[in-house]
Amino acid sequence: MKNLVEVKNLKKSYDLKEAVRGISFKIKDNEILGLLGPNGSGKTTTIGMMLGLLKPSNGEIIIDGKKIEDNRIEILKKINFISPYIELPKKLTVKQNLIVYGKLYSVPDIKKRIEYLSEKLRLEDLLNRITGELSSGQKNRVSLAKALINNPKVLLLDEPTASLDPEIADFVRTFLENYKKEKKISILLASHNMNEVTRLCKSILMMKDGIIIDSGSPEDLINKHGRQNLEEVFLKLSRNKNEFN
Amino acid sequence: MNLIRIYGLFLRHFYLITRSFPRILDLIYWPSIQITLWGFISNFFASHSSYYNNAVGVILTCAILYDFLFRTSIGFNMLFLEEIWSRNFTNLFISPIKISEIITSLIFTALIRALIGLIPAIILTSPIFGISILDLGFYLFFLFLSLYIFGITLGILVSSGLLRFGPSFENIAWSTMFLLAPFGCIYYPIETLPEIFQKIAYSLPLVYIFEEARNILINNTVNLENLFTALKLNAVYLVLAISLFYFSFNVARKKGTLINIGE
Repeated sequence: MKNLVEVKNLKKSYDLKEAVRGISFKIKDNEILGLLGPNGSGKTTTIGMMLGLLKPSNGEIIIDGKKIEDNRIEILKKINFISPYIELPKKLTVKQNLIVYGKLYSVPDIKKRIEYLSEKLRLEDLLNRITGELSSGQKNRVSLAKALINNPKVLLLDEPTASLDPEIADFVRTFLENYKKEKKISILLASHNMNEVTRLCKSILMMKDGIIIDSGSPEDLINKHGRQNLEEVFLKLSRNKNEFN
Repeated sequence: MNLIRIYGLFLRHFYLITRSFPRILDLIYWPSIQITLWGFISNFFASHSSYYNNAVGVILTCAILYDFLFRTSIGFNMLFLEEIWSRNFTNLFISPIKISEIITSLIFTALIRALIGLIPAIILTSPIFGISILDLGFYLFFLFLSLYIFGITLGILVSSGLLRFGPSFENIAWSTMFLLAPFGCIYYPIETLPEIFQKIAYSLPLVYIFEEARNILINNTVNLENLFTALKLNAVYLVLAISLFYFSFNVARKKGTLINIGE
Protein backbone atom coordinates (compact mmCIF):
# COMPACT_ATOMS: atom_id res chain seq x y z
CA MET A 1 0.00 0.00 0.00
CA LYS A 2 1.27 3.44 -0.85
CA ASN A 3 1.66 6.21 1.71
CA LEU A 4 -0.94 8.89 1.14
CA VAL A 5 0.47 11.13 3.86
CA GLU A 6 4.11 11.53 4.80
CA VAL A 7 5.19 13.78 7.62
CA LYS A 8 8.94 14.28 7.89
CA ASN A 9 10.76 15.82 10.86
CA LEU A 10 7.91 18.28 11.47
CA LYS A 11 8.57 21.11 13.94
CA LYS A 12 6.57 24.10 15.09
CA SER A 13 7.83 26.77 17.46
CA TYR A 14 6.01 29.83 18.80
CA ASP A 15 8.50 32.37 20.10
CA LEU A 16 10.00 30.45 23.05
CA LYS A 17 7.70 27.41 23.03
CA GLU A 18 8.26 24.34 20.89
CA ALA A 19 4.81 22.85 20.28
CA VAL A 20 5.94 20.09 17.90
CA ARG A 21 9.54 18.88 18.03
CA GLY A 22 10.48 16.90 14.97
CA ILE A 23 7.84 14.23 14.41
CA SER A 24 7.68 11.87 11.44
CA PHE A 25 4.93 9.45 10.47
CA LYS A 26 3.07 8.05 7.49
CA ILE A 27 -0.56 7.26 6.77
CA LYS A 28 -1.16 4.53 4.23
CA ASP A 29 -3.97 4.33 1.73
CA ASN A 30 -7.17 3.05 3.36
CA GLU A 31 -5.76 3.30 6.87
CA ILE A 32 -7.06 4.93 10.06
CA LEU A 33 -4.15 6.19 12.13
CA GLY A 34 -4.86 7.16 15.73
CA LEU A 35 -3.18 10.20 17.22
CA LEU A 36 -3.23 10.11 21.00
CA GLY A 37 -1.77 12.35 23.62
CA PRO A 38 -2.69 14.50 26.60
CA ASN A 39 -3.86 18.08 26.17
CA GLY A 40 -1.00 20.26 24.97
CA SER A 41 0.94 17.36 23.49
CA GLY A 42 0.94 18.90 19.98
CA LYS A 43 -1.93 17.01 18.29
CA THR A 44 -3.91 20.09 17.28
CA THR A 45 -0.76 21.86 16.11
CA THR A 46 0.12 18.85 13.96
CA ILE A 47 -3.37 18.78 12.44
CA GLY A 48 -3.22 22.56 11.93
CA MET A 49 -0.04 22.16 9.89
CA MET A 50 -1.56 19.32 7.86
CA LEU A 51 -4.51 21.60 7.04
CA GLY A 52 -2.27 24.48 6.00
CA LEU A 53 -3.53 26.68 8.84
CA LEU A 54 -0.07 26.71 10.40
CA LYS A 55 3.28 27.09 8.74
CA PRO A 56 5.78 24.50 9.98
CA SER A 57 9.00 25.89 11.44
CA ASN A 58 10.81 22.94 9.93
CA GLY A 59 10.17 19.66 8.11
CA GLU A 60 7.59 18.86 5.49
CA ILE A 61 4.15 17.37 4.95
CA ILE A 62 3.54 15.48 1.73
CA ILE A 63 -0.03 14.55 0.86
CA ASP A 64 -0.78 12.51 -2.24
CA GLY A 65 2.77 13.10 -3.47
CA LYS A 66 2.78 16.89 -3.05
CA LYS A 67 4.24 19.19 -0.41
CA ILE A 68 1.54 21.21 1.30
CA GLU A 69 3.67 24.34 1.58
CA ASP A 70 4.07 24.50 -2.20
CA ASN A 71 0.61 23.19 -3.17
CA ARG A 72 -1.72 24.33 -0.38
CA ILE A 73 -4.84 24.92 -2.48
CA GLU A 74 -4.41 21.78 -4.57
CA ILE A 75 -4.03 19.63 -1.44
CA LEU A 76 -6.93 21.28 0.38
CA LYS A 77 -9.17 20.05 -2.45
CA LYS A 78 -8.32 16.47 -1.46
CA ILE A 79 -8.58 16.66 2.32
CA ASN A 80 -11.16 17.72 4.89
CA PHE A 81 -11.56 18.09 8.60
CA ILE A 82 -14.11 17.76 11.38
CA SER A 83 -13.84 19.02 14.94
CA PRO A 84 -16.46 19.77 17.60
CA TYR A 85 -14.68 23.09 18.19
CA ILE A 86 -15.58 24.56 14.82
CA GLU A 87 -19.06 25.03 13.44
CA LEU A 88 -20.97 25.70 10.27
CA PRO A 89 -22.85 29.01 9.89
CA LYS A 90 -25.72 28.66 12.36
CA LYS A 91 -28.32 30.76 10.54
CA LEU A 92 -28.17 28.82 7.28
CA THR A 93 -30.15 25.67 6.68
CA VAL A 94 -28.29 22.37 6.49
CA LYS A 95 -28.83 22.22 2.74
CA GLN A 96 -27.60 25.79 2.23
CA ASN A 97 -24.44 25.02 4.20
CA LEU A 98 -23.78 21.92 2.13
CA ILE A 99 -24.39 23.84 -1.11
CA VAL A 100 -21.99 26.60 -0.02
CA TYR A 101 -19.25 24.12 0.84
CA GLY A 102 -20.00 22.15 -2.29
CA LYS A 103 -19.26 25.32 -4.26
CA LEU A 104 -16.16 26.15 -2.21
CA TYR A 105 -14.81 22.67 -2.99
CA SER A 106 -16.00 22.91 -6.62
CA VAL A 107 -17.98 19.65 -6.28
CA PRO A 108 -19.19 18.71 -9.81
CA ASP A 109 -22.75 17.52 -9.03
CA ILE A 110 -23.57 19.07 -5.66
CA LYS A 111 -27.22 17.97 -5.66
CA LYS A 112 -26.29 14.34 -6.18
CA ARG A 113 -23.52 14.51 -3.58
CA ILE A 114 -25.88 16.02 -1.00
CA GLU A 115 -28.46 13.32 -1.73
CA TYR A 116 -25.83 10.61 -1.28
CA LEU A 117 -24.50 12.02 2.01
CA SER A 118 -28.00 12.77 3.32
CA GLU A 119 -28.98 9.17 2.81
CA LYS A 120 -25.79 7.78 4.35
CA LEU A 121 -25.88 10.11 7.34
CA ARG A 122 -29.66 10.15 7.77
CA LEU A 123 -29.96 13.84 7.10
CA GLU A 124 -32.97 13.83 4.76
CA ASP A 125 -35.33 15.29 7.35
CA LEU A 126 -32.80 17.87 8.48
CA LEU A 127 -31.91 19.44 5.14
CA ASN A 128 -34.32 22.35 5.46
CA ARG A 129 -33.74 22.89 9.18
CA ILE A 130 -31.66 25.81 10.52
CA THR A 131 -28.24 24.43 11.43
CA GLY A 132 -28.01 26.33 14.71
CA GLU A 133 -31.26 24.79 15.92
CA LEU A 134 -30.08 21.18 15.63
CA SER A 135 -29.05 18.95 18.54
CA SER A 136 -25.34 18.16 19.08
CA GLY A 137 -25.75 14.74 17.47
CA GLN A 138 -27.50 16.21 14.43
CA LYS A 139 -24.90 18.98 14.09
CA ASN A 140 -22.16 16.38 14.26
CA ARG A 141 -23.68 14.44 11.36
CA VAL A 142 -24.05 17.65 9.36
CA SER A 143 -20.40 18.54 10.02
CA LEU A 144 -19.46 15.06 8.88
CA ALA A 145 -21.43 15.59 5.68
CA LYS A 146 -19.59 18.87 5.12
CA ALA A 147 -16.27 17.09 5.76
CA LEU A 148 -17.13 14.50 3.11
CA ILE A 149 -18.69 16.88 0.57
CA ASN A 150 -15.51 16.91 -1.54
CA ASN A 151 -15.06 13.14 -1.40
CA PRO A 152 -11.70 13.61 0.37
CA LYS A 153 -8.78 11.23 0.03
CA VAL A 154 -7.59 12.17 3.52
CA LEU A 155 -9.91 12.94 6.41
CA LEU A 156 -8.63 14.54 9.61
CA LEU A 157 -10.84 13.95 12.63
CA ASP A 158 -10.36 15.80 15.89
CA GLU A 159 -12.51 14.23 18.62
CA PRO A 160 -15.31 13.36 16.18
CA THR A 161 -17.57 11.89 18.85
CA ALA A 162 -16.89 14.27 21.74
CA SER A 163 -20.09 15.29 23.55
CA LEU A 164 -22.22 12.75 21.68
CA ASP A 165 -24.44 10.22 23.44
CA PRO A 166 -23.29 6.57 23.13
CA GLU A 167 -25.86 5.66 20.47
CA ILE A 168 -24.98 8.53 18.13
CA ALA A 169 -21.27 8.06 18.80
CA ASP A 170 -21.64 4.43 17.77
CA PHE A 171 -23.51 5.46 14.63
CA VAL A 172 -20.67 7.84 13.70
CA ARG A 173 -17.99 5.18 14.32
CA THR A 174 -19.86 2.58 12.28
CA PHE A 175 -20.38 5.13 9.52
CA LEU A 176 -16.65 5.97 9.46
CA GLU A 177 -15.69 2.28 9.33
CA ASN A 178 -18.06 1.62 6.44
CA TYR A 179 -17.18 4.80 4.58
CA LYS A 180 -13.46 4.03 4.81
CA LYS A 181 -14.08 0.51 3.49
CA GLU A 182 -16.22 1.79 0.63
CA LYS A 183 -14.08 4.77 -0.43
CA LYS A 184 -10.63 3.53 0.68
CA ILE A 185 -9.77 6.87 2.23
CA SER A 186 -7.04 7.56 4.80
CA ILE A 187 -8.04 8.94 8.17
CA LEU A 188 -6.10 10.59 10.97
CA LEU A 189 -8.10 10.29 14.18
CA ALA A 190 -7.20 12.41 17.20
CA SER A 191 -9.27 11.30 20.14
CA HIS A 192 -9.34 10.95 23.89
CA ASN A 193 -11.80 8.10 23.66
CA MET A 194 -9.64 4.97 23.95
CA ASN A 195 -12.45 2.57 23.07
CA GLU A 196 -13.03 4.49 19.88
CA VAL A 197 -9.34 4.39 18.98
CA THR A 198 -9.07 0.67 19.80
CA ARG A 199 -12.09 -0.05 17.62
CA LEU A 200 -11.18 2.10 14.60
CA CYS A 201 -7.39 2.20 14.41
CA LYS A 202 -4.94 -0.46 13.32
CA SER A 203 -2.03 1.73 14.33
CA ILE A 204 -1.53 4.51 16.84
CA LEU A 205 0.90 7.32 17.54
CA MET A 206 1.31 8.44 21.14
CA MET A 207 2.36 12.09 21.44
CA LYS A 208 3.63 13.96 24.45
CA ASP A 209 5.42 17.29 24.76
CA GLY A 210 5.58 17.68 20.99
CA ILE A 211 7.21 14.35 20.18
CA ILE A 212 6.01 10.84 19.36
CA ILE A 213 6.82 8.76 22.43
CA ASP A 214 5.49 5.45 21.18
CA SER A 215 3.66 3.86 18.27
CA GLY A 216 2.17 0.56 17.15
CA SER A 217 -1.10 -1.30 17.01
CA PRO A 218 -3.40 -1.09 20.08
CA GLU A 219 -2.59 -4.74 20.91
CA ASP A 220 1.17 -4.21 20.59
CA LEU A 221 1.09 -1.18 22.86
CA ILE A 222 -1.05 -2.96 25.47
CA ASN A 223 1.30 -5.96 25.50
CA LYS A 224 4.48 -3.87 25.39
CA HIS A 225 3.46 -1.82 28.43
CA GLY A 226 1.90 -4.77 30.26
CA ARG A 227 -1.49 -3.15 30.68
CA GLN A 228 -5.09 -4.38 30.35
CA ASN A 229 -6.28 -1.86 27.78
CA LEU A 230 -5.30 1.22 25.81
CA GLU A 231 -6.61 3.62 28.43
CA GLU A 232 -4.14 2.23 30.95
CA VAL A 233 -1.34 2.55 28.42
CA PHE A 234 -2.35 6.15 27.78
CA LEU A 235 -2.40 6.91 31.51
CA LYS A 236 1.00 5.29 32.04
CA LEU A 237 2.63 7.21 29.21
CA SER A 238 0.98 10.55 29.87
CA ARG A 239 1.49 10.43 33.66
CA ASN A 240 5.14 9.65 33.26
CA LYS A 241 6.86 12.91 34.32
CA ASN A 242 3.42 14.55 34.22
CA GLU A 243 2.91 17.75 36.16
CA PHE A 244 0.14 16.09 38.22
CA ASN A 245 2.44 13.36 39.59
CA MET B 1 -9.35 32.58 -9.92
CA ASN B 2 -12.24 30.17 -9.68
CA LEU B 3 -15.66 31.78 -10.16
CA ILE B 4 -17.52 28.86 -8.55
CA ARG B 5 -15.62 29.30 -5.28
CA ILE B 6 -16.12 33.07 -5.40
CA TYR B 7 -19.84 32.47 -5.96
CA GLY B 8 -19.86 29.90 -3.11
CA LEU B 9 -18.63 32.45 -0.59
CA PHE B 10 -21.04 35.07 -1.95
CA LEU B 11 -23.87 32.54 -1.62
CA ARG B 12 -23.00 31.98 2.05
CA HIS B 13 -23.65 35.68 2.78
CA PHE B 14 -26.55 35.98 0.36
CA TYR B 15 -28.36 33.15 2.17
CA LEU B 16 -27.61 34.81 5.49
CA ILE B 17 -29.03 38.17 4.44
CA THR B 18 -32.07 36.90 2.58
CA ARG B 19 -33.07 34.44 5.29
CA SER B 20 -33.44 37.14 7.88
CA PHE B 21 -35.90 40.05 7.64
CA PRO B 22 -34.32 41.81 10.67
CA ARG B 23 -30.96 41.74 8.88
CA ILE B 24 -32.42 43.37 5.76
CA LEU B 25 -34.23 45.90 7.94
CA ASP B 26 -30.98 46.65 9.76
CA LEU B 27 -29.21 47.25 6.45
CA ILE B 28 -31.90 49.72 5.33
CA TYR B 29 -32.70 51.34 8.68
CA TRP B 30 -29.44 53.13 9.52
CA PRO B 31 -28.75 54.74 6.12
CA SER B 32 -32.37 55.93 5.98
CA ILE B 33 -32.21 57.46 9.47
CA GLN B 34 -28.81 59.02 8.76
CA ILE B 35 -29.89 60.54 5.48
CA THR B 36 -33.22 61.80 6.82
CA LEU B 37 -31.38 63.52 9.66
CA TRP B 38 -28.90 65.15 7.31
CA GLY B 39 -31.77 66.11 5.03
CA PHE B 40 -33.31 68.30 7.74
CA ILE B 41 -29.92 69.73 8.74
CA SER B 42 -29.27 70.43 5.09
CA ASN B 43 -32.59 72.26 4.74
CA PHE B 44 -31.79 74.37 7.78
CA PHE B 45 -28.30 75.31 6.54
CA ALA B 46 -29.60 76.06 3.07
CA SER B 47 -31.94 78.68 4.48
CA HIS B 48 -29.38 80.15 6.94
CA SER B 49 -26.05 80.03 5.09
CA SER B 50 -24.87 81.99 2.09
CA TYR B 51 -22.30 79.27 1.25
CA TYR B 52 -24.99 76.67 0.60
CA ASN B 53 -27.51 79.11 -0.93
CA ASN B 54 -27.05 77.88 -4.44
CA ALA B 55 -26.97 74.22 -3.72
CA VAL B 56 -29.43 73.06 -1.09
CA GLY B 57 -28.48 69.44 -1.68
CA VAL B 58 -24.77 69.75 -1.01
CA ILE B 59 -24.79 68.50 2.57
CA LEU B 60 -27.32 65.80 1.88
CA THR B 61 -25.47 64.62 -1.21
CA CYS B 62 -22.21 64.46 0.75
CA ALA B 63 -24.03 62.60 3.53
CA ILE B 64 -25.23 60.01 1.00
CA LEU B 65 -21.74 59.68 -0.50
CA TYR B 66 -20.18 59.30 2.96
CA ASP B 67 -22.77 56.75 3.96
CA PHE B 68 -21.96 54.71 0.86
CA LEU B 69 -18.28 54.75 1.87
CA PHE B 70 -19.15 53.84 5.45
CA ARG B 71 -21.50 51.00 4.44
CA THR B 72 -18.99 49.53 1.98
CA SER B 73 -16.19 49.52 4.52
CA ILE B 74 -18.27 48.23 7.42
CA GLY B 75 -19.94 45.74 5.07
CA PHE B 76 -16.58 44.20 4.17
CA ASN B 77 -15.57 44.00 7.84
CA MET B 78 -18.93 42.54 8.83
CA LEU B 79 -18.59 39.75 6.28
CA PHE B 80 -15.22 38.87 7.75
CA LEU B 81 -16.39 39.18 11.36
CA GLU B 82 -19.41 37.02 10.56
CA GLU B 83 -17.07 34.08 9.95
CA ILE B 84 -15.41 34.64 13.32
CA TRP B 85 -18.67 35.07 15.24
CA SER B 86 -20.17 31.92 13.70
CA ARG B 87 -16.97 29.92 14.42
CA ASN B 88 -16.84 29.09 10.73
CA PHE B 89 -13.42 30.66 10.22
CA THR B 90 -11.47 27.40 10.22
CA ASN B 91 -13.90 25.74 7.82
CA LEU B 92 -13.44 28.61 5.40
CA PHE B 93 -9.64 28.65 5.56
CA ILE B 94 -9.28 24.88 5.17
CA SER B 95 -11.39 24.94 2.03
CA PRO B 96 -9.47 25.36 -1.22
CA ILE B 97 -10.45 29.01 -1.65
CA LYS B 98 -7.58 31.34 -2.49
CA ILE B 99 -7.00 34.62 -0.67
CA SER B 100 -7.64 36.48 -3.95
CA GLU B 101 -10.99 34.68 -4.27
CA ILE B 102 -11.99 35.56 -0.70
CA ILE B 103 -11.19 39.23 -1.32
CA THR B 104 -13.02 39.26 -4.66
CA SER B 105 -16.10 37.61 -3.21
CA LEU B 106 -16.24 39.91 -0.20
CA ILE B 107 -15.70 43.00 -2.40
CA PHE B 108 -18.71 42.06 -4.48
CA THR B 109 -20.86 41.06 -1.50
CA ALA B 110 -20.00 44.28 0.36
CA LEU B 111 -21.26 46.27 -2.64
CA ILE B 112 -24.57 44.40 -2.63
CA ARG B 113 -24.93 45.03 1.13
CA ALA B 114 -24.16 48.73 0.74
CA LEU B 115 -26.65 49.11 -2.12
CA ILE B 116 -29.43 47.30 -0.23
CA GLY B 117 -29.10 49.97 2.44
CA LEU B 118 -28.47 52.95 0.26
CA ILE B 119 -30.91 52.66 -2.62
CA PRO B 120 -34.03 53.03 -0.42
CA ALA B 121 -32.37 55.97 1.35
CA ILE B 122 -31.58 57.70 -1.95
CA ILE B 123 -35.14 57.12 -3.15
CA LEU B 124 -36.40 58.73 0.09
CA THR B 125 -34.49 61.97 -0.44
CA SER B 126 -36.26 62.96 -3.62
CA PRO B 127 -39.90 63.16 -2.38
CA ILE B 128 -39.03 64.31 1.15
CA PHE B 129 -36.33 66.89 0.46
CA GLY B 130 -36.69 67.47 -3.28
CA ILE B 131 -33.05 66.55 -3.76
CA SER B 132 -31.60 63.98 -6.12
CA ILE B 133 -28.06 62.72 -5.95
CA LEU B 134 -28.33 62.23 -9.71
CA ASP B 135 -27.78 66.00 -9.97
CA LEU B 136 -24.09 65.10 -9.89
CA GLY B 137 -24.65 63.71 -13.36
CA PHE B 138 -22.28 61.42 -15.20
CA TYR B 139 -19.46 62.12 -12.71
CA LEU B 140 -21.48 60.55 -9.90
CA PHE B 141 -20.26 57.18 -11.19
CA PHE B 142 -16.60 58.16 -10.66
CA LEU B 143 -17.33 59.57 -7.21
CA PHE B 144 -19.10 56.36 -6.20
CA LEU B 145 -16.34 54.27 -7.74
CA SER B 146 -13.66 56.12 -5.79
CA LEU B 147 -15.60 55.84 -2.55
CA TYR B 148 -16.28 52.15 -3.17
CA ILE B 149 -12.58 51.44 -3.75
CA PHE B 150 -11.57 53.38 -0.63
CA GLY B 151 -14.29 51.71 1.46
CA ILE B 152 -13.08 48.30 0.32
CA THR B 153 -9.48 49.33 0.99
CA LEU B 154 -10.34 50.23 4.58
CA GLY B 155 -12.28 46.96 4.90
CA ILE B 156 -9.28 44.96 3.69
CA LEU B 157 -6.94 46.85 6.05
CA VAL B 158 -9.14 46.13 9.07
CA SER B 159 -9.61 42.50 8.02
CA SER B 160 -5.82 42.19 7.80
CA GLY B 161 -5.72 43.29 11.44
CA LEU B 162 -8.39 40.73 12.33
CA LEU B 163 -6.36 38.02 10.61
CA ARG B 164 -3.16 39.02 12.36
CA PHE B 165 -4.45 39.90 15.84
CA GLY B 166 -7.72 37.99 16.03
CA PRO B 167 -11.11 39.14 17.34
CA SER B 168 -9.46 41.60 19.75
CA PHE B 169 -9.00 43.82 16.70
CA GLU B 170 -12.80 44.01 16.31
CA ASN B 171 -13.18 47.42 17.95
CA ILE B 172 -10.83 48.95 15.40
CA ALA B 173 -13.18 47.65 12.71
CA TRP B 174 -15.89 49.96 14.00
CA SER B 175 -13.74 53.00 14.56
CA THR B 176 -11.69 53.38 11.35
CA MET B 177 -14.27 55.40 9.50
CA PHE B 178 -14.79 57.76 12.42
CA LEU B 179 -11.04 58.27 12.68
CA LEU B 180 -10.73 59.27 9.02
CA ALA B 181 -13.95 61.27 8.73
CA PRO B 182 -12.50 64.58 10.00
CA PHE B 183 -9.73 64.39 7.37
CA GLY B 184 -12.17 63.52 4.60
CA CYS B 185 -13.64 67.07 4.55
CA ILE B 186 -17.03 65.55 3.98
CA TYR B 187 -19.18 68.51 4.99
CA TYR B 188 -16.69 71.41 4.85
CA PRO B 189 -13.95 72.72 2.55
CA ILE B 190 -10.38 71.65 3.25
CA GLU B 191 -9.41 75.20 4.23
CA THR B 192 -11.40 74.64 7.43
CA LEU B 193 -8.72 72.23 8.67
CA PRO B 194 -5.52 73.38 10.40
CA GLU B 195 -2.53 73.29 8.05
CA ILE B 196 -1.03 70.12 9.50
CA PHE B 197 -4.36 68.31 9.10
CA GLN B 198 -4.64 69.59 5.54
CA LYS B 199 -1.42 67.74 4.69
CA ILE B 200 -2.90 64.50 6.04
CA ALA B 201 -6.17 65.17 4.23
CA TYR B 202 -4.38 65.67 0.90
CA SER B 203 -2.80 62.23 1.25
CA LEU B 204 -6.26 60.62 1.32
CA PRO B 205 -8.56 60.26 -1.68
CA LEU B 206 -11.58 61.40 0.33
CA VAL B 207 -10.82 65.10 0.21
CA TYR B 208 -10.62 65.08 -3.60
CA ILE B 209 -13.92 63.21 -3.85
CA PHE B 210 -15.90 65.48 -1.53
CA GLU B 211 -14.27 68.68 -2.79
CA GLU B 212 -15.26 67.65 -6.29
CA ALA B 213 -18.82 66.78 -5.29
CA ARG B 214 -19.18 70.28 -3.80
CA ASN B 215 -17.51 71.82 -6.83
CA ILE B 216 -19.97 70.15 -9.21
CA LEU B 217 -23.03 71.11 -7.16
CA ILE B 218 -22.04 74.65 -6.16
CA ASN B 219 -20.00 75.85 -9.16
CA ASN B 220 -21.49 73.63 -11.85
CA THR B 221 -18.00 72.84 -13.10
CA VAL B 222 -15.97 69.66 -13.13
CA ASN B 223 -12.31 69.44 -12.18
CA LEU B 224 -11.20 66.14 -13.68
CA GLU B 225 -7.86 66.37 -11.91
CA ASN B 226 -9.60 65.83 -8.55
CA LEU B 227 -11.27 62.68 -9.86
CA PHE B 228 -8.03 61.33 -11.32
CA THR B 229 -6.03 62.12 -8.17
CA ALA B 230 -8.63 60.29 -6.07
CA LEU B 231 -8.46 57.26 -8.36
CA LYS B 232 -4.65 57.26 -8.38
CA LEU B 233 -4.46 57.45 -4.58
CA ASN B 234 -7.11 54.74 -4.34
CA ALA B 235 -5.07 52.45 -6.56
CA VAL B 236 -1.99 52.92 -4.36
CA TYR B 237 -3.89 52.31 -1.10
CA LEU B 238 -5.73 49.30 -2.54
CA VAL B 239 -2.50 47.61 -3.63
CA LEU B 240 -1.00 48.32 -0.18
CA ALA B 241 -4.09 46.93 1.58
CA ILE B 242 -4.14 43.73 -0.50
CA SER B 243 -0.40 43.25 0.08
CA LEU B 244 -0.93 43.72 3.81
CA PHE B 245 -3.76 41.17 3.76
CA TYR B 246 -1.46 38.54 2.18
CA PHE B 247 1.29 39.47 4.64
CA SER B 248 -1.12 39.15 7.60
CA PHE B 249 -2.30 35.76 6.34
CA ASN B 250 1.29 34.51 6.25
CA VAL B 251 2.06 35.94 9.69
CA ALA B 252 -1.18 34.39 11.04
CA ARG B 253 -0.03 31.01 9.70
CA LYS B 254 3.29 31.44 11.49
CA LYS B 255 1.80 32.71 14.75
CA GLY B 256 -1.13 30.28 14.84
CA THR B 257 -3.83 32.97 14.85
CA LEU B 258 -5.87 31.15 12.21
CA ILE B 259 -6.38 28.22 14.59
CA ASN B 260 -7.17 30.40 17.61
CA ILE B 261 -9.66 32.58 15.71
CA GLY B 262 -11.60 29.56 14.57
CA GLU B 263 -12.29 28.13 18.00
